[in-house]
Amino acid sequence: MQDTSTVPPISNAKIANTPEEQEDIRRRTKKVLRRFNKKRENLVPILQQVQDELGYLPREAQIEVAEYLKIPEVDVYGVVTFYNQFRLKPPGKHSVRVCLGTACHMKGGYILLDAWKRRLKIDRGETTTDREFDLDTVACVGCCAMAPVNVIDKKAEGRISPTRVDGILLAYKMEKEKKDKESK
Amino acid sequence: MTVIASQDITSTFQNIKERALSRWQELWDGNKPVIMVSAATCGRSAGALEVLQTIKEELGKDQDGVRVIEVGCMGHCYAEPLVIIKKPGNPTVAYGYITPEKVKRLIQDYIRGGDISPEFALGALEENELLPSLYDLPRFKHEKYILLENIGRIDPEDIQHYIAKGGYEALAKALQMQPEDIIDEIRRSGLRGRGGAGFSTAQKWEVCRSSPGKTKYLICNADEGDPGAFMDRAILESDPHSVIEGMVIAAYTVGAQHGYIYVRAEYPLAVHRVEIALRQAQSLGLLGKNILGTSFSFDIKLFQGSGAFVCGEETALIASLEGKPGLPHHRPPFPAIKGLHGKPTVINNVKTLAYVPRIVRNGADWFSSIGTEKSKGTAVFALAGKVVNTGLTEVPMGTTLRQIIFDVGGGIPKGKRFKAVQIGGPSGGCLPESALDMPIDFDSLKQVGAMMGSGGMVVMDEDDCMVEVARYFLEFTQRESCGKCTMCRLGTRQMLAMLEDFTCGRGQMGDLDTLMELAEDVRIGSLCGLGRTSPNPVLTTLRYFRDEYKAHIEEKRCPALMCHDLIAYYILPEKCERSCDACVGTCTVEAISSNKKRIKVIDPAKCVKCGTCMTACPPQYNAVIKLSPPEKVLAAKD
Repeated sequence: MQDTSTVPPISNAKIANTPEEQEDIRRRTKKVLRRFNKKRENLVPILQQVQDELGYLPREAQIEVAEYLKIPEVDVYGVVTFYNQFRLKPPGKHSVRVCLGTACHMKGGYILLDAWKRRLKIDRGETTTDREFDLDTVACVGCCAMAPVNVIDKKAEGRISPTRVDGILLAYKMEKEKKDKESK
Repeated sequence: MTVIASQDITSTFQNIKERALSRWQELWDGNKPVIMVSAATCGRSAGALEVLQTIKEELGKDQDGVRVIEVGCMGHCYAEPLVIIKKPGNPTVAYGYITPEKVKRLIQDYIRGGDISPEFALGALEENELLPSLYDLPRFKHEKYILLENIGRIDPEDIQHYIAKGGYEALAKALQMQPEDIIDEIRRSGLRGRGGAGFSTAQKWEVCRSSPGKTKYLICNADEGDPGAFMDRAILESDPHSVIEGMVIAAYTVGAQHGYIYVRAEYPLAVHRVEIALRQAQSLGLLGKNILGTSFSFDIKLFQGSGAFVCGEETALIASLEGKPGLPHHRPPFPAIKGLHGKPTVINNVKTLAYVPRIVRNGADWFSSIGTEKSKGTAVFALAGKVVNTGLTEVPMGTTLRQIIFDVGGGIPKGKRFKAVQIGGPSGGCLPESALDMPIDFDSLKQVGAMMGSGGMVVMDEDDCMVEVARYFLEFTQRESCGKCTMCRLGTRQMLAMLEDFTCGRGQMGDLDTLMELAEDVRIGSLCGLGRTSPNPVLTTLRYFRDEYKAHIEEKRCPALMCHDLIAYYILPEKCERSCDACVGTCTVEAISSNKKRIKVIDPAKCVKCGTCMTACPPQYNAVIKLSPPEKVLAAKD
């Protein structure tokens, strides 16, 4: 199981991790693993916490988990790709989740997804090349009464319009410029 | 199981209850004002946390003795953020549409002054002479709160509130009963599972109880994946103990030692509040080892689902709990006989479990007196979409759709016409106006092609395209299909391709028959509920709105002006006000320009059809319109 050269790459992240980064990923994954018993039924909670720690589930982390639970890597990969929650690509600093529940869809959720795609120049499930934003959809966040809803950095915002998308982006841009100035 | 003397359970519980009651009285009947802020996920997305922050800042450090409590969702989501104020000597009043500015005024004028500020009030929560009561609204003629009785009225993070409202009394009572008697009580009540299928709860429990084996499991299914449904989230966020109490009673009845609450990870606040509730119940001896001093022990673990819709299906949910991909398997064996880790397992929905304490407390006769002949009790619906009063409602089974949508929901906003109501999410169907007077229960909904599902109800008006709705739901089930059964994996894909053709104007008349045939095949050829019910949205829209399909196919026209590829935006030259530039300024892609006469023109090549110009155009001009098919724009120009 140590030899991984024959296994096709499982993370299609555009930016490959350096050996130092890989080492860091392994170290942080191991730290999470210590909290769990070596039982198969802990696989999903383990992956959830590893993702909380790393922001996504790179191949190195999946291998660590598989070794820890003494199960084939493909079983880990199978679970990671089965559930929508798990990401194979590194996240951006800010996460944008467009709700496409029934109510949000009927009130124009897809128009907002278009607006985000247009502005960020990425598709759903992707991260901008500067790793500032990642964009994805969510089936329903349960705020149907506030439709259409977008969840930006875990905060649900209701009754959003395409112009509000521009406004949100502008606010982040201004904040970033302010921070950059201060750090200089 | 040796049952200890009843009086011991009663006296242990009495001690707990007395403490809770005195805490509650001190809060509610004390001489200090109480402010409750509705801060469930829905309230938070409307700005409840900002309101809460303002209240705290405004009151200052010592808060002037005012008690500020975060409560759950009252169900009146349309009026969020919502604040309830109880000031000694005054009626309790609910205030709606609160902003930080409004709450500042409430504190200055009402908490510090004496002005009850009726201009912000939704209504009083009790009869009084000052303000009209909220319960005088026409909607309360139809509503009956059983599951929703506590939500928004107690602090979900304080177990004492729940106990003071009569909570855990049913547990103390149940522990003094024989499990067979509890099953009998539930059977007489006629309780049917609220997860969607409506299976008899007593029967499920009975099977699990009589299955051999020492280890048994009880699972609360809170994987509320239906887009458009949020009742389970609201209950877990607002009244988590009612579910926990129901679980402990169910576990005692079927003989389970371990329990799981399977919550979606998309509901972080529900997860947080359930965790707190579990800890508190444990610390009072209402959960864990030797519950209320008896020999009965039961523990509950919280498990976060990872966003797979199919995991709402019970066998898939079990696979997911075991750390595998959530693939359903064939039943029988039913989980009640062979479930989690091969042991007998009962899986009940959040709402089913939350009914249990109420039935044990009030008796089977009370419950069975509500509802219709075969569907007892109430139904909780999440009203969303094109309806004035979005939010939660609970009505007795047998209430008509018209009563729910028009009397409780307040009808369609902006004077638009009702077109359809979608019930039961991706497994349900779209019902037209002619079905509005049908009393709803499990069986009547099935007859018209829909199903109760978990209770999401999305109202649609004349601007919503039924073909697009069918496409949307099929896209959802197609994406969520786990891939195990061929018909579900590939059949839904073909159906979706056809519907996409319709919405893009590429459909052919013969497709409709093929679609019907395929729908039938997918229904028969799938193992679990996801595949078997996935054609329902297509079949019901075909049945009730065939004209719309025809318009899409024969005329390439979307009558509701919704399908992206079949519409175009157009500015009526005769209505456009030359001095106004509102649309030009707001267009997100700079597709609008002025011509020589300063009349605004949309460049169809640049337009992304986001509709921002339509909202921006001042209502006195109303110059932006949608046309379908898009070729009409050219005709209009000539």
